[in-house]
Formats: sequence, structure tokens, C-alpha cells
Amino acid sequence: MKLTGGQMVCESLLREGADVVFGVPGGAILPFYDYLTQYPKIHHVLVRHEQGGAHAADGYARVTGKVGVCLATSGPGALNLTTGLANAFMDSCPIVAITGQVSRFAIGKVAFQETDVTGATLPVTKHNYLVMRAADIPRVLKEAFYIARTGRPGPVLVDIPKDVFTETADYEYPETVNLPGYHPQTVGDPAQIQKAAKLINGAKRPVILAGRGVLIAGAMEELRLLAEKAQVPVVPTLLGLSCFPGSHYLNVGMMGMHGSAYANIAVDECDVLIGVGCRFDDRITGRVSDFARHAQIIHVDIEPANIRQNIRTEVPIVGDAKSVLRSLIPLVEPAKRSEWLQHIDDLRRAHPLVVRDFGEAPSTQHVIQQLFQETHGNAIVVTGVGQHQMRAGQHYIFDRPMTMVTSGGLGTMGYEIPAAMGAQLGRPDALVWSVAGDGGFQMTVQELATIRDEKLPVKFAIMNNGFLGMVRQWQELFYEKRYSQVKVTGPDFVKLAEAYGMLGLRATRKEEVAKVIRQANAHRGPVLVDFQVAAEENVYPMIPSGQSVKELMEDTLPGLEPTRR
Amino acid sequence: MRRIILALVEDKPGVLNRIASMFRRRGFNIYSLAVGHSEVPDMSRMVIVVDNAPPNAVDQVTKQLDKVIEVVRVEDITELPIVTRETAMIKVRASPATRGQIIEVLDLFKGVEVADVSPNSIIIEMTGTTDVVESLLALLKDYGIIEIMRTGQLAMVRDSQLPD
Ligand SMILES: Cc1ncc(C[n+]2csc(CCOP(=O)(O)OP(=O)(O)O)c2C)c(N)n1
Ligand SMILES: [Mg+2]
Repeated sequence: MKLTGGQMVCESLLREGADVVFGVPGGAILPFYDYLTQYPKIHHVLVRHEQGGAHAADGYARVTGKVGVCLATSGPGALNLTTGLANAFMDSCPIVAITGQVSRFAIGKVAFQETDVTGATLPVTKHNYLVMRAADIPRVLKEAFYIARTGRPGPVLVDIPKDVFTETADYEYPETVNLPGYHPQTVGDPAQIQKAAKLINGAKRPVILAGRGVLIAGAMEELRLLAEKAQVPVVPTLLGLSCFPGSHYLNVGMMGMHGSAYANIAVDECDVLIGVGCRFDDRITGRVSDFARHAQIIHVDIEPANIRQNIRTEVPIVGDAKSVLRSLIPLVEPAKRSEWLQHIDDLRRAHPLVVRDFGEAPSTQHVIQQLFQETHGNAIVVTGVGQHQMRAGQHYIFDRPMTMVTSGGLGTMGYEIPAAMGAQLGRPDALVWSVAGDGGFQMTVQELATIRDEKLPVKFAIMNNGFLGMVRQWQELFYEKRYSQVKVTGPDFVKLAEAYGMLGLRATRKEEVAKVIRQANAHRGPVLVDFQVAAEENVYPMIPSGQSVKELMEDTLPGLEPTRR
Repeated sequence: MRRIILALVEDKPGVLNRIASMFRRRGFNIYSLAVGHSEVPDMSRMVIVVDNAPPNAVDQVTKQLDKVIEVVRVEDITELPIVTRETAMIKVRASPATRGQIIEVLDLFKGVEVADVSPNSIIIEMTGTTDVVESLLALLKDYGIIEIMRTGQLAMVRDSQLPD
């Protein structure tokens, strides 16, 4: 079949099941947008900024497990994607980005809107292509989707010159890929798995540290079976939240810089640490030499370069979490470990997550707890970056897989709006709540128009503290409260909501919180709630950057009530 | 300390850039780089020599190089029994008066050839290990070196596990 390059892209997208794509047209990608009109099955979402398109594709990918697709024109369009690509790269999100490039004859001549996009995105993509012949498009797209979703998933960018979109060639979509340098190892080495089983069977105080790799591999059931059989407590990372039921008795809750004290202490005291689908980044480990000091470490990850990147490891296992855990479970002996579990319960009681009272104003903690109550834990929670994000990780209990959507590795403010849009498009029937910062919200606010146009019933909970809160907290704690550029103002968020055709609500007092959440839940369209929370709430527990559990700071002021966990 | 990394890579545009980036982002210097076609069609073999990089960091870079889609195989061969060679072209100031002395110096070395003789200079071509090339350069220094061009180290693992 003879097709133009642009038609080939559309055909290939349909072949890959990409029925929703996010983009903004422009000069170099014009021919593609012209061919797009022949493909009504492809739902194109016109975003208001390409960064929003990339984050939307990322959010879509996180809740569906499918590859998200975004599109941009050359130069500024493609460069606007880069933050979103980097975000997806850090958090192993499968994305295919298609960008228009100036025509072949103009490349390298400093043409209008010409940027070396494969060069610029090299460090933030898993792989990228510059396609110089239409005949290569089917193979390249086949490879792009394959690379994006296999191994450690990640973003792949395909840059296509304008005249390649209009060039005609034979179209046949390949069934297989031929990539001699790319063979992700999914099956773990049996000898290593044996060793791991032996360590676990001999352990007195084991802990499983579960990361996003568990969700990516779909290994939630295997993780539960392993934990229950061997009675091993599970500590999720921020990105691992929702990979293990939050209300399960073996779930100790999130660890790391703002994880619970008891989870951090449990990891500190454990004798065998089983890291599954996580990469031990510095927000988890703190000072590496003090991390899990007494533990022998087993590390299961599909990416060999993640192993021993940051921490010493006694038993490295390269493989897919599902496949490795499946092989491991039969080798692990049933155990009770009642003493260890009892000890962790004691830790929970001794170091509860405390909810501070700020008088009339609600705290962010309070809002998140109410959100959990009022949604019965059934929402998909999307977050921005900062204090509200950590509170969402601490206080929302995630019982269903792939319901926490947050920017972990890159910590990208502004993620909360477009990612929520992508998540809602991926899961049209789900209740999507975006827990947003008043700072971050203003970084991608233009996507509210997209959300309205797409009639997406996303609910936004702005934790309006009038500050770039997390930075303010660091300035308070580590720079003697010399506040420098952290006071942030915003619009009247309720009026803003109305201007975008959404329902705008506000809560300024604790008693109003549950009521407005209920009101928002009952509304069929998009809702924005301005929660005017206490201005100077600090997120505890906290292990300051580069320190260890020994330096963990807890909220220990009087008059505190323990949480209801 | 220098580390020698051997890689088999697909012969495609941009591959060298991807590989070089892995060193650049960490501020490691590539001491020498040699690339050419290998015995496998459409595959190039590459020897990258890095200096002043901690060994565990090189280990990490090697793993990261393996992540590059077009890198088929990559290995740090520094500790293996290997044969290494490089070729250098050296343009030295040589008047009719000093030419004879220079030739005498060259006679002390194996693998040396005079590639060109001009009225005031000669071009010497030498193939050997990096150490031997360095010692020839040291001896030629006093005559006045005008230009040096080196291929970078080539390296191959020997099958006979004999010491070099
Ligand atoms: C794009 C971007 N710029 C800057 C930062 C640094 N930063 C981290 S948290 C934070 C404050 C976020 O403020 P807000 O969105 O209001 O959330 P809060 O911490 O107040 O809950 C900033 C500026 C960042 N993470 N991302
Ligand atoms: Mg704020």
C-alpha cells in the first residue's frame, strides 16, 4: 500500500492502539495535521502548551499502562515538550513523542524554527530518531512503541521533517523489531533467585521496599503473595504507592525523606531488605552509608544500570518484577515473624503521623484525610510537587493499583493539571482528584481550557497556603527562616474556575472541608476547590537531605492527635 | 588511571554522540577514541580510553552505555589480557644537519617509518603501544615537534591467556 509519511504515522498510531494523542500544530508538522483529518478514530486533544501534552501523555500512561502519545511542531513546540519528556524518563513512563522538523533541505541551515531536537532531547529520552525517509516511518514507529513500553519504560521521540510527511512510500507495518543492541532481560537468574530465597528464609527482620517497577510489571498480586507467605512487611516508595494495598496489615506505608518515622525505622532495623522495582534514589536512602545499615540487600530491577548505582547489594537480580517474584515465591518458606511485626506495630504507636491543629484553618493533612474519607479511597489521586504532594503520599490510602499519579524523580511543579487531564482521559469513568499546590497550579493553568473543552470531570483541590510551601519549609528549617521569594500570590481561584467554565468552590474553615468535597464529588463536570489551608504548616517527619534516620525530625509539639491509620 | 572500554555498536548516525554524551555529562575526559568497521556488517567497533575517572564510576558508565539502544556489547577490558596498539604521525623539524641524528633515534624503535622528507622537516609514522609512542615522542622533543596526529588506542583481547 502506498501512503504518505503523514498517513503512515496515523496508521501506525492506530496499529499501536494510540487512540488519544495530545498536541499543538505548527509549521513543520502542518502536513501531518492535514492527514489527521482523514483519521477520525484518532482523538486529538489540543493542549494549550506542549509541556501539558507531554504530562498528559504521561498521566494517561500511568493509569492505563499503555503508551501515551504527544505531538509538537519543530523548534519551540518540541522544546516545550522537554520537561515532560524528562519527567517521564525519570519515572519510567512510556511515551512516544512525534515532532515536526524543518524540511530536509533546510536542516542545518538555521532555518525558521529549526532546533536540533534529537540533540536537545538526547539526555531526557530513552531513545530518539530523526527520520529522513518516509519509507522508514513504519519501522521507526514500531521500534519507538516497542522501546517505550518494554524493559525499563521511557519516552521515545521521533522527529520527522516536514517534507517526509508528504513523501510517498510503501506502507507495511512490521510485526517484529530487529534491535541487535536491545534485549531487556526479563527472567531473573535462577541461582540469584535461590540466593535471595535463602536470605529471606533466614531473615528475622525482613522488609520489602516496593517501587513503581511493581506497577509497571503488573506484579501486584505476586508482591502480595510473597509478603503474605513469608510475612514480610512492605514499604512502598512514593512512586510505588498503590502497588500494595494501603490498608493491608503488612503495609508499613511510605518511607524516605517524608515517609513515616516507623517505615524509616523499620528499614533502618531490618536484616534483609528486598528492593523490588525501585532504584534507591537519594530521597529514599538519605546518606547512603547509613542506609539500612544492618541489612543484606536483594535488588530486583529490570534495568542493570540501576543495580549498585547508589547502594551496595548482596544479591542483584536483573529481571521483570513479576517474573522474578513468581520464581521466588515457591522457594520462600511460610513464616510467622510475629515478633518483628509486633515490633513494627509498636513503632507505629510510638511514632504516629501526627495531625497538627491550626485552629480554624484546615491543615493540608486534614484536607487529604477528608478527601480519603469522602472518596472512600476510590479516587485516582494526581499531585503537584511540594508539601501537598508529600501529605497526599502520607495520608491518602491507596488500595487499588495505579491510582497514585505523581512526579517523583523530576519533581515537576505544574504536573498536577495536565497529568490529571491525561489520567481522566485514560480512565474516563474514574473519579480523578488532583491535589494541587497554589504555586504549581499556576505553572500549567492554561490546560483548564483543554479540560473544559474535553468535558473532563476532573476535581482539583488546591492546597492554597500562599507559599511555595516546600521551599519555605527548607528556608525556615535550614536558612534560619530568612524567607526569600517564597510568598506567592494567585488569582481568585473561584473566579478563575468560573472564567474557565468550571465550578469553583472554597473552604476556609475545617468544618467546611468535607462538605465542599462532597459537593465537588456530586458535580458532574470539572470542579476547582480553593482550600485555604494553614500558611506555615511543615511536613514532618523529615529526614533532611543527605542525612539518615538518626537525624529524622518528627512533629513533637504538644496537643497533637495521632492519625487514624 | 586509564580505563579501556571496548564496544560493538550499530553503524548509524548519532551513535557516537550518544556514547560521548555519557562521558560528557559526568565531566570525564575521553583520552582517546578509535572507531572503525568491525567483522560484523553494519557494526562498528570502538575503543574508548578514559582517564582520571574513578573505576566504579567507569563501571557505572559502562552499564549506562549498554542502555544506549545501538550499543550491542560493551566491556571494560582494562584488567583483561589485551594487545594494544596505536599509530602516530609526528612531524619533526629536521635540517640536513639533524636529519641523521633523528634517523639514529628512530633506529632504536620497532614499527617506525619515515613517511615524508621535506627540506626542513620529516614526517615519522610509528605503530606501537601507547607507552612506546610516548617514549619516542620524548626523545624527539628536543629536535622540535611541529605536529602530532595519533589514532588513539586500538585494543583486542587475546585468546591465549598469556601475559602480554
Ligand atoms: C518546575 C519547578 N520549579 C521549581 C521547583 C522547586 N520547588 C519544589 S517544591 C516548590 C514549592 C511548590 O509550591 P506549591 O505548588 O504551592 O506547593 P506547596 O509546597 O506549597 O504545597 C518549589 C518551588 C520545582 N520542583 N519545580
Ligand atoms: Mg503552596
